[in-house]
Amino acid sequence: MRKRVLPGFGLSLGYAVAYLGLVVLLPLAALAWKASGIGLEGLVRLLSAPRTLAALRLSVGGAVVAALVNVVIGLLVGWVLVRYRFPGRRLFDALVDLPFALPTAVAGIALTTLYAPNGWLGRWLEPLGIKVAYTPLGVFVAMVFVGFPFVVRTLQPVLSSLERDVEEAAESLGAQRWQTFFRVILPMLAPTLLTGFALALARAVGEYGSVIFIAGNIPMRSEIAPLLIVQKLEQFDYAGAAALGVAMLLLSFGLLVLVSLLQRWSQRWAERSA
Amino acid sequence: MKKSMLVWFAAASMLWSVIVSAADVSLLNVSYDPTRELYRQVNAAFAAQWKAQHGDSVNVRMSHGGSGKQARSVVEGLPADVVTLALAYDIDAIADRGLLAKDWQKKLPNNATPYTSTIVFLVRKGNPKGIKDWADLVRPGIQVVTPNPKSSGGARWNFLAAWGYALKQPGGSEATARAYVKELYKHVPVLDTGARGATNTFVQRGVGDVLIAWENEALLAKRQLGGDTFEIVVPSITIVAEPPVAVVDSNVDKHGTRAVAQAYVEFLYSPQGQEIAAKNFYRPRSADVAARYASQFPATHTFTLGELFGDWRQVQAKFFNDGAIFDQLGPGS
Repeated sequence: MRKRVLPGFGLSLGYAVAYLGLVVLLPLAALAWKASGIGLEGLVRLLSAPRTLAALRLSVGGAVVAALVNVVIGLLVGWVLVRYRFPGRRLFDALVDLPFALPTAVAGIALTTLYAPNGWLGRWLEPLGIKVAYTPLGVFVAMVFVGFPFVVRTLQPVLSSLERDVEEAAESLGAQRWQTFFRVILPMLAPTLLTGFALALARAVGEYGSVIFIAGNIPMRSEIAPLLIVQKLEQFDYAGAAALGVAMLLLSFGLLVLVSLLQRWSQRWAERSA
Repeated sequence: MKKSMLVWFAAASMLWSVIVSAADVSLLNVSYDPTRELYRQVNAAFAAQWKAQHGDSVNVRMSHGGSGKQARSVVEGLPADVVTLALAYDIDAIADRGLLAKDWQKKLPNNATPYTSTIVFLVRKGNPKGIKDWADLVRPGIQVVTPNPKSSGGARWNFLAAWGYALKQPGGSEATARAYVKELYKHVPVLDTGARGATNTFVQRGVGDVLIAWENEALLAKRQLGGDTFEIVVPSITIVAEPPVAVVDSNVDKHGTRAVAQAYVEFLYSPQGQEIAAKNFYRPRSADVAARYASQFPATHTFTLGELFGDWRQVQAKFFNDGAIFDQLGPGS
């Protein structure tokens, strides 16, 4: 039998399971246990309340749209950074990580300062009738900001390993530019784009720190789901807060499952077109 | 190499023991957000007094944050000897978990509130919108900044001040109060999660025509930003906001700090403690000190929570719990 890099299957599996259990499953179990205090009837009432639904719609809907935007812009930025050589490229490349590195509260305050009616950008947008800070649009802007690096960073290694000769082959066989892009490049990138999408989405759905400053927090309009959880905690309603947490978790989990199904399908698509 | 590490370790532990023996007693005061400046001065003055009387040094450590969050931390095990929070409901919540006696508010004078504040308006320089009283806040085109009562203690005082104003008008009733407050919150473009956040939105972001705020917060903002950017408007009638203090029984018994913790909260009522409170823009209970700071605190008609609403448990259930009046008045109800 070939020697494995890590010692012993049993030992490494045991370690992996114990670690996962301690770091991931235990807190989740505690959450579910706390949530069970609310009862089925309470859960249904909580989740069917118009205010809960509106907050979930903003958090999940905003995150989906933000992740989609990030996929498009992220692909463009990743492509430029990998394919082209230009002065300042490394600096731009480093800038991509900034939303990772910035404490979320700092990001939120910076965005709010920028987009507030008296901010650098806000003061020009306001006369045009575009309000960003304290509206759902602001929530979306913050979500785009925090999710952006995920798409670029997942895409970059795949983009740089992409063989240029495939494109040349397509071209020499008479493909138009758009055909090369949509029929050759995109299928190869699709699984990675979906991973980036999923990561950006997961980050944005639960984002509190950076969103809370720019969201107006007006019920039914600009109130995000994590804020509802915080409000429940303020009332010492631990069960309600945990139940809402579990609901968000399940929703995100469902979305991630959907993404991974799409991913499998896109892999087959890539294999077929290859 | 090893030896030098050992030496360092020995030196460090010696230094540590010196520090520990020098600070004979250590107290933890868990407080809310705008009291940072106040307690920095209180702690220094109290430590000096305790040292003079007992010869021991007291080191009072502070923890600041939103009042509700702070109460939750204490419930979940933050070893607070003393809590000084924004409203009694948060200390009630700690009492509910058995960390202190349910009748904690009777153990100190004045509802266990050594200093009070009130709710006032902060408007932009020159008061361009001519805001004088609560009625002006619901005029068309006026934007009001106040935090969310669901997540902020200060915002609950704001809400109750507005409600009380409407109730006290000629012909005022529950129904007119409800209508007024509903209209008021329609004029709010941003519901920040905390009082400091709302102050920032109004002051730094330039949002809104008027900020409803703690008087101490408004005076502090005015002092820090210079008097020529904002003005304070005291409405015709407002609430006496009572941020209470308490000794956390089960924690002081565990730490053996009951005597010093008790002396600490009583110090807040002493002439010196009252003076410090007044300097930090809290209205002192002592008539003596209040008289000397009268110019800072304009007289106005006030009502207390007890007079109009009962206790905080009732208020919380009636107005702020899920599905209660605040939720009913909001959009989406």
